[in-house]
Amino acid sequence: MRDSVTHSLVDIRGLKIGATVFAPGEKPRDIEIVHGVDLTLEKGKVLGLIGESGAGKSTIGLSTLAYGRGGIKITGGEIFINGEDILKDSTSDLRNLRGRKVTYVSQSAAASFNPSKRLMDQIVESCLSHGLCSRKDAERRAIRLFEKLGLPEPETFGNRYPHQVSGGQLQRAMTAMALCPEPDLVIFDEPTTALDVTTQIDVLASIKEAIRETGVGAIYITHDLAVVAQVSDHIMVLQHGRMVEYGTTDQIINNPCEDYTRALVSIRSTIHDETPSRGQPVLKLENVSARYRGLNFDVVKNVSVEIHPSQTLAVVGESGSGKSTLARVMTGLLPARDGTITFNGDILPTALEDRSKEQLRELQMIYQMADVAMNPRQTIETIIGRPLEFYFGMKGAEKRARVVELLDEIELGEGFLKRYPAELSGGQKQRVCIARALAAKPRLIICDEVTSALDPLVADGILKLLLNLQEIEQVSYLFITHDIATVRAIADMIAVMYQGNVVRYGAKSKVLSPPFDDYTDLLLSSVPDMRLGWLEDVISTRKMDSAGN
Amino acid sequence: MMRIPLSALIGLTVTAFFFALAVFAPLVAPYGIGEIVGDVWEPMSAQHWLGTDNIGRDLLTRMIYGARTTIFIASAATLLSFTLGTSLALAAVVLGGWVDMALSRFVDLIMTIPTLIFALVVLSVMPASILILIVLMGLLDTTRVYRLARAVAVDINVMDYVEAARLRGEGTRWIVLREILPNALSPLVAELGLRFIFMVLFVSTLSFLGLGITPPETDWGAIVKENKEGLVYGIPAALAPAVAIATLAISVNLVADWVLNRTASLKGGRNA
Amino acid sequence: MPTHLILLVIQRFALGVLLLLASSVLIFAGTQILPGDVAQAVLGQAATPEAIANLREEMGLNEPAVSRYLSWLLGALQGDFGTALTNGADIGSAIAKRLSNTLFLAFWAALVSVPLAILLGLIAVRFRNRWPDRLISAVSLATISVPEFVIGYLFMFFVAVKLRWVPSVSMLNDSMSLGQKLQSIALPVIVLTFVVLAHMMRMTRATILNVMEAPYIETAELKGLSRFAVISRHALPNAVAPIVNVVMLNLAYLVVGVVVVEVIFVYPGMGQYLVDHVAKRDIPVVQAAGLIFASVYILLNMTADIIGIVANPRLRHPK
Repeated sequence: MRDSVTHSLVDIRGLKIGATVFAPGEKPRDIEIVHGVDLTLEKGKVLGLIGESGAGKSTIGLSTLAYGRGGIKITGGEIFINGEDILKDSTSDLRNLRGRKVTYVSQSAAASFNPSKRLMDQIVESCLSHGLCSRKDAERRAIRLFEKLGLPEPETFGNRYPHQVSGGQLQRAMTAMALCPEPDLVIFDEPTTALDVTTQIDVLASIKEAIRETGVGAIYITHDLAVVAQVSDHIMVLQHGRMVEYGTTDQIINNPCEDYTRALVSIRSTIHDETPSRGQPVLKLENVSARYRGLNFDVVKNVSVEIHPSQTLAVVGESGSGKSTLARVMTGLLPARDGTITFNGDILPTALEDRSKEQLRELQMIYQMADVAMNPRQTIETIIGRPLEFYFGMKGAEKRARVVELLDEIELGEGFLKRYPAELSGGQKQRVCIARALAAKPRLIICDEVTSALDPLVADGILKLLLNLQEIEQVSYLFITHDIATVRAIADMIAVMYQGNVVRYGAKSKVLSPPFDDYTDLLLSSVPDMRLGWLEDVISTRKMDSAGN
Repeated sequence: MMRIPLSALIGLTVTAFFFALAVFAPLVAPYGIGEIVGDVWEPMSAQHWLGTDNIGRDLLTRMIYGARTTIFIASAATLLSFTLGTSLALAAVVLGGWVDMALSRFVDLIMTIPTLIFALVVLSVMPASILILIVLMGLLDTTRVYRLARAVAVDINVMDYVEAARLRGEGTRWIVLREILPNALSPLVAELGLRFIFMVLFVSTLSFLGLGITPPETDWGAIVKENKEGLVYGIPAALAPAVAIATLAISVNLVADWVLNRTASLKGGRNA
Repeated sequence: MPTHLILLVIQRFALGVLLLLASSVLIFAGTQILPGDVAQAVLGQAATPEAIANLREEMGLNEPAVSRYLSWLLGALQGDFGTALTNGADIGSAIAKRLSNTLFLAFWAALVSVPLAILLGLIAVRFRNRWPDRLISAVSLATISVPEFVIGYLFMFFVAVKLRWVPSVSMLNDSMSLGQKLQSIALPVIVLTFVVLAHMMRMTRATILNVMEAPYIETAELKGLSRFAVISRHALPNAVAPIVNVVMLNLAYLVVGVVVVEVIFVYPGMGQYLVDHVAKRDIPVVQAAGLIFASVYILLNMTADIIGIVANPRLRHPK
């Protein structure tokens, strides 16, 4: 070790980043995204950058490569990598930095790989173009990395094309691509966010292992504090392009100083007390099966569940489990092929067209993406007012008074009447969608991943609002989600779905307590805990039953 | 207040000017449409701003009456193709199933033959009256409007807000008129401009080939045809209508471009 | 090539044949089943009843439409399009000569316009939103807004008549050398180039921009590759297929442009032939020429689709 001890791996001072916004019909204007951030990272250490959307964390991560996406420019401050100011670098110096000293793993590996080239060609490309080693050596390195990252058939894995491997494998392949030139620093930009929980944990564990073995320094960017707690030595909390708090992982998780950090840490701790099942069920599914046209297998298989008044049934599962299809079956958009649905004691026609207006009114729905669930050409008043007019024939002042009442219930107020959806934030949009559902005075609301697209704190607010409204309006929810923390926060009953089947069903306290079936065990154990060492614990217990993997 | 960019403003002004000429042709034209007022191909002068044509008629007068025919036929044909194309597309999307299938395949089929060739085939047996031209051009172009409108409507139809309206129990009328149409309108209006240009070019081309407007009526394409021999002797009379067609087309294009750009921002659609 | 890819190509080919058949039905129907009597339309209002009856007999109009269509199609498949009503000449041999002239013109127009369009597209992308891009965009918008004959006469007036660089009429005969022929068609080639250039260039620009904005280009840049390596190794392999597709679609467009350009320059090709006979209401000629134009159009579209299928890595390397 020569003079390398004298410099930190990364040293960022007073970093300011700006962008030019091209709003249609307006003059382009400059805005600042990051307002002076300082950051240091020592060799071989991992720094977690955490924050909600708009915090500037990806932008800061990419700035260590002296790179900005779509018109983003570094407007002030200094960035030193190994003591060298990269903002003063010439183009050829930058080329020497990128792909050699600093590499990048993106959120969406599926889009980040060139679709028309084999994985191996892309993974060894940096090594070859920087003249680091021969092709043979580079391929050997890659194969060793494939082994380390737990990819199947490491010897031949690289011969495949990107579309021939799964999402989790691609994310690992991208990690291999980043590690192959043996860089000093890797930027991990939400590398597991797009994956299912049970896949996320494997990728997370292999990334952590690879970082440890190669001794590379890393900046790990995510919005999920529990995830970053597993891999990083230090954590920096960012909000609106400013640092909120910086500390060791232990201090941030167990002893946060700032209110904002405390809020982020306590997110997953909301737990709602169970409401017991009383009275006749609002909705009852008996042996319901359904399939899409053109498929020769059922996507929902023989499902039987019940929802009681003022209760929440959470349907939990990963992508492809059939949980959203189940919602479509209940709404009648996808008529059940088999089985019966009973609503308020009456048999509900399977197809939407055959249901009465009254039945439609009593069964409402809220969507995941609030932006596309509202007509951009209608005002909030029209959006919420339409069900009042349609179901109850309300008009004029009476309708408006009720809309204002509903706006108050969702904590928005009269000022929103004349606004359009595009003028609202993500959380506000979802609140309007809730009000629209409530306007129909339904007995059951189907909530399809209603908090998944929102930042954690905003999502928390929505969950609390939903619980509040349940008490006031005595409405039942069918809550579809992939997130166990959300389930804990809101459910009374739980149905766990896997490959179209309900594999576990019952009261929350029962479903979430052992003994577990294999899948529920896997699912529950995969949800990151907000504590240090959780990943190791899980992996060590899981290794026993997945030794052959 | 809406701010209109300069290019769109120029486009709007020129387009309005041409339309005004078309509407008030008999009032503004200095001479009668078929009136022979001078020698063959007289140069520009105070009496004849654009000179005279191949048999000594006032070229400016011919141009103004030509504008009337060209713009009338193009507008009528655009209106036909647009209403028909949009209604069929909306019907196909909302009704779905075999209606959509049959309409779309039929349109695909018509589009396997280039429009101009198809028009020539039909005009070989039909007399080229103004009505037949309008119907023929309108019907042929319906296919393109249908394709665009269907693509736009399909995109909107899968939006959650349309599904929400269906789940509410709304009828087809509400879904088409209140949910889909308002959101499809902007791209369609921009397309309206482009279709109009296409119609102007189309009818001019047919007339130029001698298969569209025939004497005593005239349009810009026909004026080019009448005066094209002059070009060889260095007489630019045929270029006047050519320039007029280009000016009108570019102006409408500028307006359409602006409408399309405005669509990109959906900020409620009022104050944007 | 994996079998299912071959299958897809065969499927697309079969669709092409089917479309060709369907378009022949349309063309036949377009001239035969329209309201009014065809013989009357051909001969005009002044024709005597006997003349009309004779013509009906000659055209076989007394037979049912289906059997007339079938015998026409069978003939067309063997290159026998019947004889022209106007002069009794064999249509097949007349078309052969003119088709080769048209293809000669279209070939040179394509040879000039395709590389030029791709080059201009690349320049526009390279200088995106700067003046070269804006200039190219403005000029292409202008040429798109102008009918072919306007461009044609502008060129004829200034280049042929005022400057006298080339003849204003494009004659072609067998005794001419290739050089003479090329000089003769210079003006129509330039005009045709203008007609397709704008569309081809705009679509090429959009295609390349689309590829350059893909995340895998960012990945390549973040690997520290040179600008050249990013474009040649990562952008081009993905852009070639869509660009070839664009070229094919625009060559199909050229088929239509050629009709008008031939009339302007009195060029002895298919377009001129078709337009002349539409005016004379010579239906067998119109049918034959229409069918050939449609076939070329369908063939080019089919080629574009097949290239798209073959170039798709997802189809070439299935899971």
